[in-house]
Order: sequence, then structure tokens, then C-alpha cells
Amino acid sequence: MIRRSFISAAIALIGAGLTHACLAAEPIKIGLVTALSGQSALAGEAITRGLTIAIDEINAKGGLLGGRKLELVKRDDEANPAKGTTAARELIFKDKVAVLFGGLDTPVSMAIVPIANQNKVPFMGPWAAGTPITHNGANPNFAFRVSAVDEVVDRAMLQYGQKTFKTAKAGIIRVNNSWGESNEQGLIAALAAKNMKAAGIERFEANDVDVVPQLTRLKAAGADTLFLVGNVGPSAQVVKSLDRMGWKVPVVSHWGPAGGRFTELAGPSAKEVHFVQTYSFFGKQSPVGDKVIKALMTKYPDVKGPADITPAVGVANAYDAMHLAALAIANAGSTDGDAIRQGFYKIDRYVGLIKTYVKPFSPTVHDALGENDYVWAQFIDNRIVPVGAN
Amino acid sequence: MLLTSALITGLGLGSMYGLMALGFHVTYAVSGTVNFAQGSSMMLGAVLTFAFATTLGWPLPLAILLALVLCALYGLVVEFVAVRPFASRGSDAWLMATVALGIVLDNAVMFSFGKEPRSLPSPLAVTPIELGGVGLGVYPLQLLIPVVGLALAAILHSVSRRTRWGIAMLAVVQNRDASRLMGIPITRCIAGAYALSTVFAGVAGVLIAPLFNVHSEMGTLFGLKAFAVAILGGIGSAWGVMIAGLLFGIMESFITATMGSTYTQIVTFAIVIAVLAWRPNGLVGRTAVNKV
Repeated sequence: MIRRSFISAAIALIGAGLTHACLAAEPIKIGLVTALSGQSALAGEAITRGLTIAIDEINAKGGLLGGRKLELVKRDDEANPAKGTTAARELIFKDKVAVLFGGLDTPVSMAIVPIANQNKVPFMGPWAAGTPITHNGANPNFAFRVSAVDEVVDRAMLQYGQKTFKTAKAGIIRVNNSWGESNEQGLIAALAAKNMKAAGIERFEANDVDVVPQLTRLKAAGADTLFLVGNVGPSAQVVKSLDRMGWKVPVVSHWGPAGGRFTELAGPSAKEVHFVQTYSFFGKQSPVGDKVIKALMTKYPDVKGPADITPAVGVANAYDAMHLAALAIANAGSTDGDAIRQGFYKIDRYVGLIKTYVKPFSPTVHDALGENDYVWAQFIDNRIVPVGAN
Repeated sequence: MLLTSALITGLGLGSMYGLMALGFHVTYAVSGTVNFAQGSSMMLGAVLTFAFATTLGWPLPLAILLALVLCALYGLVVEFVAVRPFASRGSDAWLMATVALGIVLDNAVMFSFGKEPRSLPSPLAVTPIELGGVGLGVYPLQLLIPVVGLALAAILHSVSRRTRWGIAMLAVVQNRDASRLMGIPITRCIAGAYALSTVFAGVAGVLIAPLFNVHSEMGTLFGLKAFAVAILGGIGSAWGVMIAGLLFGIMESFITATMGSTYTQIVTFAIVIAVLAWRPNGLVGRTAVNKV
């Protein structure tokens, strides 16, 4: 009898020990839903690489929550909101990810955020810039972001124009879709806040061949700077039309041109367009920048230098976002969603790649980057470099 | 200055629409059917030229020639797959079938070529020439497009009136059964018209690509506007179609220049509706006379 009890106790103890050991070794899963195929595959790969480098660093230091390693679980949303929500549900319910990362498409993120809020799983956006992703009206709000924000980009465009080109009469030229529309509103608000008005607002279709009539109107209205919002193809058509008009006007742009072969499409004047980025791996780097470039070159044989780290914003945003999420998990002391959400608010200081973050998040601030954190860049040949670095 | 530059821009754009619309005219004149996905045929011409000239590095003239030959073959496919099976049974389903085939082509190109827009370089679109003293440069290619468009319209017109082949085609239009009895190979005539129509769209694609960029959806809006132009001009007349193209282009850029781009599409298409209400057969078109 005694012997049996002893054996049972021993088994129970071993079992408990095993369970504990299993728990300690059980990885913390980090979910990623982004486009991994199609035209945005490169962007999805950039986010993956940024996350992977950060996760490798964290795991090399022993992981989180007493030795648990981080593990990235990624799913392709094919830039489709319906596929994105299916993938998000799978990651939340089946894989039980601690933090869910989004991709580059605002519509997909907009579809996923309500699911994250409902199920109390923190969502982190490393790319999509749509203002309502983090300003979603939910309370409590589980959506955080380390990227540009449309509304803030619009203010930054005006600020940059005034500082660099002494913009007094800005002409807005934007693509005729919802992204263009929301930025038009943002630019009008940014101008109004400084008691300014646009010299003119013109729209173009994504498939317009010739934008000369629109630009001629802006020229006639006395525009001294153009604020451009459009994807890479239409933005190139604007530059080509300016060329034919012989109108040398400063162009300050949202990050559309960065999305493709802008120099090939727009010709030699492509370099005249200054557009927003959150980071550039060119030029003098901080110690963190040097470390990340080295890690990327070691891990990925196709990365031979800064020119191969592209799109840079995807890598940089994802890298910082992962480290911030890790700090939030550490602050939470568990993988409980609400505890992690509050863990984000408790982040005090983090020396990151894009900047040194000091109290980046609070219940009212879910965007870690502001208008002073943007980098202004231009295309020199096929490389995106900070303005003036060449 | 605003209006002079609008005129120059409008003529350039308009001749592109006219050139595309000629493709609608060719098949309609012969068979009473059209390839609604003419925009996809235009895209095919541009994408194939890009693939041969830039990706494979072949000389540009050879690339264009081969692209146009393949466009002609695609035209035969359109007729054989999406028009003949339906038109021969007197069904109007070719309407949807041609649209469907265009969507299939767009997607096939998207998967093989990629969705990223690319640029097709052309020696005729490098240095702009200044025209009209308004400080607006025009690429030589922009001047070539109306020349090609008007020349094709002229050739079509004279071929259909002066040659045996053209007269045979006119006969097919007038009375299919009688023409068949006279020994005119109707099926081949219609297939030929589709090949020609797709080549026209391909030519438009090759000419427009260097001014624009090459991607799988580049033809969608063009195709739509070209169809509006074809109807506006009177789809049965080559001259009417080409002139309507020029008018449509000029109208678009004038509206943009005077009222702003917000109103361009609204006003342009409202005018199209008004013109058709006034002249239901288009500007130059005539009502078909059915002889009993």
C-alpha cells in the first residue's frame, strides 16, 4: 500500500515536473497575416525579415517569460480582406498567438482589427497607414502600430514643404480612389490648421495617360509646390507630364513612389520627387542600424548591402514593432491578451532602429511614430536614399 | 495657354481612343459583333512587345512585328471561341463571352507578367518637341499616333470601297446568305476582321505603352472609352470613329482644363448620352436600311 502510494506520488511529481518543463519550453507564438504572394510578396517578405531578425535576437538572449522562445507563424492574405480574416481567426483560435501582426494593405488590417478587439488579442501594424486602423473607436483598443499614419503623413508633407521649399501655395494632385480621398481630407485639414488653403485640388485616374490638363490648372492657380498622393504608376505619369510641360515645381509625395520601379517608369525626373519613408538603411547608421544590416546580411545571402534591404520601411517597422511587442509581453508577465495590451503602455524606453522610443504608447496613443520620425527620401537610380545623402 | 495646351493634349489622347475604336468598327462592319474586351487586346500588344524587347532583348521592330502577329492569332481565337459559337446560333451571348475571355487574358497576364507596372522605352518618347509656343512639349510619338490612326482609317475606307476583298466584306454586311451563295467565304471574312481588329488594338497598345506604363490592367479604361467613341462616331464608319475619338479626347481635356478634373468623367459621359439622344446612330452613322 505504502509502496503504491509512493509510486503514485513519484509519478505525479515526475508528471508535474514534466508539465513544468514543457511549459517552460513551450514557445510564444507571434502571428503574421500579410500578403506573401502576388505583387506585394516583396513587402510581405520584408516584414517577415524584420520580424525574424528581432525574434532571433530575443531568442538568443534566452527568450521571454522565463526562457520561452518566440516562434513566428505566418499566413498569406493575398491582399484580400476575406482571406485575411480567415487567417487571423486561425492564428487566434488554433495557434493561440500572443500578438498578431498585420501587413501592408489597409483594407485587410481594417477587417482584422475588429476580430482582434473582440478576442482581446493585441494587433500590431508594421505597415498599413490607414488612420482608422488604430483610431478604431474600440474600448479597450487592442490595435497598435509602428508605421506611418495617413493623417500624420499629410501634416508632415506640409511641414516638409514649408521647411524645404518654402511652400506658401500648395497644389494637391491625388489619385481618384479612397486612399487619395482620405489624404485629400488630411491635407486640407493640415493646411487649415496653419490658416492656409490649397491653390487647387486635382484628381487623376489610376489609368490616366496624360495629367497635363490637371497640372496646367494647378500651375495657372499659382501652386508653388505639389502634394502628390498616388501609387507608383500614376505618380510616374504625373512626373512625365510635368516634364513635358517643362514645369520645374517641387513635388512632395506620400510613399506611393516607393512601391515599384519609379525611376524606370518616370524617367530621369523621378529623383525630383521627395517622398516619405520611416527609415533608410543608406547613410550613417546608428549602432542598432549597423547591427540589423549585419544580421540581415548573415541570415539572407541575397542581402549584399543596404540596397538589397527593400522595401526598407517593411523591415525597419517590423523590427522595432517586434521588439516593442516583446517588451509588452515581458511587462505583462504572461501571454494574456489584455495584460499584453497594458504591457504596451508600461514600455518606458527602448533604443530601436527607427528611433529611441520613450513611452511610445498610452491608452490614447497607439501609434509609436509621429511626424518628426519620418525620413524624406528620393530615388537615385533604383535606390531609395534619404534626400541629400547622395 | 490653358486651352492651347488642352487642345494639344486632347488631340494626342483622342487619336489613341480613335485607333482603339477602329478595332470595334472593323468587326462590327463585317459581322455586327464586337470584341468587348478590346482593352485586353491592346494590353496584349503592349505586354508582348515589352516581353520581346525588354525581357528577351530583341530589336524593337522585330518585337513589335512578332507581338502584332500574335495579336492577330489572338483575334482568331476570340472569334473562334467567344463569338462564332454564339453568333452562329443567333444568340447575343458573344457579348458576355468576349468580356469573359478578356478577363481570362488579363488574369493570365497578371500571373505570368506580374502586376508591377513596367516601362517600355521608345526612342520617340525621350525628348519632347515644343509646340504652339505655350511651353508644352510633345513627344514625337504623340504626333505619330494621330498620323497612324488617320492613315489606318483612310486605308480601311479605301479598301472597303475599292478592292474586291473590301467589296466582298460589304456584301457580307448587307446580306449574308446572298454573299454565301455568291461564293464569298463568310467565315473566313469574319475571322479575318477579328484578326485585323485585334491588330489595331495591338498597334494602339504598342504606340501608347511608351507614354504610359505596361501592366495587365492598362487597357480596361481605354477599352471602355474607345467603345464610347465607337458608338459616338457611328460604329459603321471608319472616319466617323476616328473623328469621334479626336473629339472625345479634346472634350475630355477641355473639361478638365476649364472645370477641373472632378467633373471630367461626369460631363464627358453626359455629353455622350446627349449626343446619342440627338443622333442615335452616332455623329456620322446612318440608320441601316433593310431592303425587302
